[in-house]
Amino acid sequence: MLADKDRIFTNLYGFQSPGLEAARKRGNWDDTKKILELGPEAIVDAIKKSGLRGRGGAGFPTGLKWSFMPKEVKERPHYLVVNADESEPGTCKDRDILRHDPHTLVEGCLVAGFAMRAHAAYIYVRGEFIREREALQRAVDEAVDAKLIGKNNIHGWNFDIHIHHGAGAYICGEETALLESLEGKKGQPRLKPPFPANVGLYGCPTTVNNVESIAVAPEIMRRGWEWFAGIGRPNNTGTKVFCISGHVNKPCNVEEAMGVPLREMIDKHAGGVRGGWDNLLAIIPGGASVPLIPKSVCDTVLMDFDALKDAQSGLGTAAVIVMDKSTDIVKAIARLSYFYKHESCGQCTPCREGTGWMWRVMTRLQRGEARVEEIDLLQEVTKEVEGHTICALGDAAAWPIQGLIRHFRPELERRIAEYRGFVTRRAAE
Amino acid sequence: MARKLIIDGKEVEAEDNLTLLQACEQAGAEVPRFCYHERLSVAGNCRMCLVEWVGAPKPQASCSLQVKDIFPNKDGTPAKINTNSPYVKKARQGVMELLLINHPLDCPICDQGGECDLQDQAMAYGRAAFHRFAENKRGVEDKYMGPLVKTAMTRCIHCTRCIRFATEVAGVPDLGATGRGEDMEVTTYLEKAFASELSGNVVDLCPVGALTSKPYAFNARPWELRKTESIDVMDAQGCNIRVDARGREVLRVLPRLNEEVNEEWISDKARHACDGLSRQRLDRPYIRRNGKLAPASWAEAFAAVAARVAQTSAERMAAIVGDLAAAEEIKALKDLMTALGVVNLDCRQDGAKLGGPRPTYLFNTTIAGVEAADALLLIGTNPRWEAPVLNARIRKAWLHGHLKIANAGAPVDLTYPVQQLGADATLLEALADGSHAFATVLMSARRPMLILGVGAVSRPDGAAVLKLAAKIAADTGMIGPAGSPSEGGWNGFNVLHTAASRVAALDLGFLPGKAKGQTGRDVAGIVDGAQKGEIDFIYSLGADEFAADKLGRAFVVYQGSHGDVGAHNADVILPGAAYTEKDGLYVNFEGRVQEAERATFPPGEAKEDWAILRALSDVLGKRLPYDNREALCAAVVAQAPHFTVRDKAPVHGGADPAVWNAVGSKGPLDATLPLASAITDYYLTNPIARASRTMAECSRAFGHGASAMAAE
Repeated sequence: MLADKDRIFTNLYGFQSPGLEAARKRGNWDDTKKILELGPEAIVDAIKKSGLRGRGGAGFPTGLKWSFMPKEVKERPHYLVVNADESEPGTCKDRDILRHDPHTLVEGCLVAGFAMRAHAAYIYVRGEFIREREALQRAVDEAVDAKLIGKNNIHGWNFDIHIHHGAGAYICGEETALLESLEGKKGQPRLKPPFPANVGLYGCPTTVNNVESIAVAPEIMRRGWEWFAGIGRPNNTGTKVFCISGHVNKPCNVEEAMGVPLREMIDKHAGGVRGGWDNLLAIIPGGASVPLIPKSVCDTVLMDFDALKDAQSGLGTAAVIVMDKSTDIVKAIARLSYFYKHESCGQCTPCREGTGWMWRVMTRLQRGEARVEEIDLLQEVTKEVEGHTICALGDAAAWPIQGLIRHFRPELERRIAEYRGFVTRRAAE
Repeated sequence: MARKLIIDGKEVEAEDNLTLLQACEQAGAEVPRFCYHERLSVAGNCRMCLVEWVGAPKPQASCSLQVKDIFPNKDGTPAKINTNSPYVKKARQGVMELLLINHPLDCPICDQGGECDLQDQAMAYGRAAFHRFAENKRGVEDKYMGPLVKTAMTRCIHCTRCIRFATEVAGVPDLGATGRGEDMEVTTYLEKAFASELSGNVVDLCPVGALTSKPYAFNARPWELRKTESIDVMDAQGCNIRVDARGREVLRVLPRLNEEVNEEWISDKARHACDGLSRQRLDRPYIRRNGKLAPASWAEAFAAVAARVAQTSAERMAAIVGDLAAAEEIKALKDLMTALGVVNLDCRQDGAKLGGPRPTYLFNTTIAGVEAADALLLIGTNPRWEAPVLNARIRKAWLHGHLKIANAGAPVDLTYPVQQLGADATLLEALADGSHAFATVLMSARRPMLILGVGAVSRPDGAAVLKLAAKIAADTGMIGPAGSPSEGGWNGFNVLHTAASRVAALDLGFLPGKAKGQTGRDVAGIVDGAQKGEIDFIYSLGADEFAADKLGRAFVVYQGSHGDVGAHNADVILPGAAYTEKDGLYVNFEGRVQEAERATFPPGEAKEDWAILRALSDVLGKRLPYDNREALCAAVVAQAPHFTVRDKAPVHGGADPAVWNAVGSKGPLDATLPLASAITDYYLTNPIARASRTMAECSRAFGHGASAMAAE
């Protein structure tokens, strides 16, 4: 359990003002200059040592990512891009950071931007987040007025933050599609390599980070990497905002230590599963893209990257979607398939064609209107899509279905048999 | 730098700048692909070219993976790449299955059948005999892409080759994709026609039957066609083409690969004017009797010509060569006229003031050399219409380098940014004396060039324009060291001809001659003489682009293939062969000699042109000394030795001030006459194009012509 003193987002619930003055009282912008005085190398090194892994879903070590940026600024300027296009179903952590604790992000942009020698940051905010964008803009304006950022600021590092409003496409949360969209093009992921650290926004070295990854950076620097690394388990350190939704008594966002037991977290922060733990059917532990885990796994699993990977799922964005026994699990996954079919950018073949196929088979499976062999066919199609696409959306579309087949195949077969029986009965009448 | 790879068990060295797909091909492996194309940017979206990089977590798209990004194994051994392992085959089969689930599989009614990449690759990677997709297939509404490109968008596999071609090569942002996921559709925005002179190339690029040729729709299957290698005559670039014919009819024209001339593109006129080959044809001789053209036999026609020639003295006779003639008939006509003592000869129907030493009327930089240029001055030309494929090359140079382009002439959209200097001819004087700002740009460029349009030198003050252009070239260092651009040589003085026959005719000296104190007349002089009654006999070798209807009472013999303005005003018509119906030598504007082969026979009683002249010479008692084409070609070579060198552009021989000082002549410029292109309607520049229904439709659809330009 995370002690209150170890929380980074102290206004996650908006009980206090998101404004600069209140943020300062909470400790934001406290001697940021001292952090910058350490120099870029030291900051990157500290973030590396803290063990911070990207909070956007893939869990790539943040410090390592920063270190890919060229060490000197040549003819091309460096850019920091913050991915606030939070669209993963079940995820709403960045939203609360943007509207209630925006100064953590603004300060984080300065620290991260300085560490990668960027004088400009672009924050790409999800299209549907209108109030959040306004709150963030207010925070940026306050910081500029207080000379915390902007030209000739008190930190001695010229730094501009531009806020860009997306148009509501899930795929624009993929970092290179986000860059394309930011450049004014159709949001489609780019081929990698070259990676953004080489050729990013407008062809310049760029690092794209999740809101939470950036927002925790100043606090790590202030308290020291040892503090952050001391929370959680090795390779899965620090605190993390979890979004608990679904069939719990009190859905909430909560900042917890990495590696907290899933059951303990739900019971303590979300008021437990609706109807008691035994009423639990399955949990999607990391947003729509990761395979679900059945109750038997939920009983003991720890909430971090490695533990969930071992459970054949993933931490993703740490969006815990709880489903009790009243859930039509097939329908739930079919709905996710529809989401991926709808959000596929259409650029590359497997995802463009495969997501539609998977959704259609899922729709029939939901009614049981299929043959048993089609379950295997569906599994094969997910394998044809997975790993064959430019970006990870293909994988994300395949995994929930794979998880369903892995853990709920008997349920699928039961529906097929039931539908068959229904059809035979109708025919007999 | 090269690095070692093990491709299919074979150790190879691959250059860093290659993609893995290219490296695999060098190693002899065949990699299927749909979206990848050598001349377009890499999209990496079809996922058909997946290969296995042993140790990588997933299969790699070889088209987008660069060799420099492939690192060796941890133990230092070269990376292992498999292109035909079961793992790869399974991945590709998966992609193929997904490509086909929404493809209509309507091959029996698809024009691409027989030459379809999807069909071919489905043979290798398709699931045998049955499919597993039990859902409804996607239907996509067809799009309007203009009169040349037919669409069946349900067949589209979204490779985006057409979009990339339109944006990158053609330079018109008319094509794009709308929608997302399986609803993504390739379309022209707002159902607007694909407004490019190169639009037909997307049909070749489309790996499936989504974009097919509209005029050729449902005409033939590829295996029914006889394929002949030929040279295009619709402009003077000499694009390499393949003529596909069935029986006597040319059904379609496709590009052939020639890196130095047309890469693999051809213009829409080259591709689609071929239906003009079977319309408006002159298929038998005619003689004008009582004011009307009446069918006649060859003997009667020749007798009528002979009777008239016998009555006419040589100084009252003239001959004009048209725009589509091959070198053979130009040589034969020249020899016949010389034998008759005629000096009123001209090949410059447009009145261009060109002639003299060869470099002064050639495109000396060469087409491929354009890519090395860093500054370009256009004078009175619209390369987009005069040579669309060359224009794509200029665009390529602009796209890949730092080519600065300025246009002295009417403002036109050339698909790349151009500094418009104005159309006033007197600005050439400012450029020549160095006072103009762009003269400084040319001066500081390493490889400056200019392109002088025929429109600029066919003005009444054309000789003065030519003189100034030569002065600009000489003063700004365009006439550089000898050698081809790749060897470090440079000659930036270029004339952009519009007539396919022009350079050959100039090479063979089909120009006003001199004899017995008489100076030959040029085309304007001939027309003038005919109206004044000083010219009584005119032999027109397919000349339709001058004032053929204003020849007074002169007796006109028209030898040509199409019933156009020249034939309408003729007294005797001798039916000749079109460019696909004869073996012929053509010299493009670079001075490159290329040979076209006969694809079909001329219709009816029409004959090959040089043979007509040879037969006529017999009747006139001036028998030409060649009995077959070989002997004629030998005579051509005897007169112009460079005709022995085929398929090569002449190499710049170094700056010779004597040559460049003598070009053109000094004179006042007409400031009231704007510099402009010689072409007013791209689609209707010659008799074949004017006979073509397709070209007429294009002209209508794209609103060409002077008034339409003004409206834009």
